[in-house]
Amino acid sequence: MDTLNILLMGFISIVLINNLVFTKFLGICPYLGVSGRIDMAFGMGMAVTFVVTLSGTLTWLIDHLILIGTPLEVTRYVCFILVIAGAVQLVEMYVRKFFPSLYESFGIFLPLITTNCAILGLCLFINLWEIDNLLEAVVLSFGAGIGFTMAICIMAGIRENLNLADVPECLKGAPITLITAGLLTLAFMGFAGMIR
Amino acid sequence: MANKTSNAPLLGETFVVGLWRENPVFRLLLGMCPTLAVTAAVKPAFTMGLCVIFVLLCSNIIVSLMRNLLKPHLRILMFTLTISTFVTIADLFLRAFQPRMSEILGPYVPLIIVNCIIICRAEACASKNPLLVSIIDALGMGAGFTLTLCVLAAIREILSTGAIWEITILPAGFVPWAAMRMPVGAFITLGLLLGLVNLATKRKA
Repeated sequence: MDTLNILLMGFISIVLINNLVFTKFLGICPYLGVSGRIDMAFGMGMAVTFVVTLSGTLTWLIDHLILIGTPLEVTRYVCFILVIAGAVQLVEMYVRKFFPSLYESFGIFLPLITTNCAILGLCLFINLWEIDNLLEAVVLSFGAGIGFTMAICIMAGIRENLNLADVPECLKGAPITLITAGLLTLAFMGFAGMIR
Repeated sequence: MANKTSNAPLLGETFVVGLWRENPVFRLLLGMCPTLAVTAAVKPAFTMGLCVIFVLLCSNIIVSLMRNLLKPHLRILMFTLTISTFVTIADLFLRAFQPRMSEILGPYVPLIIVNCIIICRAEACASKNPLLVSIIDALGMGAGFTLTLCVLAAIREILSTGAIWEITILPAGFVPWAAMRMPVGAFITLGLLLGLVNLATKRKA
């Protein structure tokens, strides 16, 4: 019961309170780039969720089974980025084989997941928070993906309506998106006191 | 260095382009994550800028040297490996000589690996140009990035603590805006700055 509690708390914390996009500024590039349409945003979120779960788990395993306690620790970042690039390649091949239409609508964004800072960021945070059990690492990685999907979908919904609004000429595009994101983070700060 | 004087105007232009006309943050919207994350104060922002200049310079040099050996489908992987090697060096250096800064910047130093500016310069400039042009380009882009970070950080630090570079400059009656230190301040300041830049360039054109 106790472990379940910890896992649940961890999940809620990474989705709402420590949301990677709103509090850690990770994954801002796709957040600004893909959030124009809600269906694209959702697909992107799903792909990121899959990659982040896979690479979060794998990097935890590599870190704990191979790297920690050996001089090889200096190669940590190189290992992490290789794992992520491999996982993205896997997703790309899978999507191309089984969902060709989805593959075409993604275009360049699929390989770009490699350089999505949310994924490497999460692997580094798992390392930094000293998570020492596999289950917790898996739940945290999955929660991070869900949190990212949620953030990007909320933003896409707002931006679809923003197209109809009368925005000053010089603020059109990226500036107004950033300001909207700022107001959203303000809303998410309301969750801050929820745990501990 | 005879080479440098013969086409100096061209090289000078490459440097200046990175500062304003193709400023990575304001004009190309690259490298947003560190821009927002480390600009709560000027000191970490400046340190971050120096790290990015170092990594950008080294990776541009290496990529430019091996540009004739690159295979098209493997090039991104080679770029990433080169970059992550230099980021590891920068991270170890900071941890050894600037432990306080290393603690403040935390995971954002290793996150330079996925900073789009560096991979973009490797792809767009260093893999096509000779060594000297790549070096100047790296310095220009890096300086442009550092300058932007410092401007953003200065605005946020003055408004959130009334100080700049940890030296108080505003009178004691100033009430600090706590919000500027939080994520909200980062997003909104950058949004308004981008709007200002758009306004300024429209006027000129």
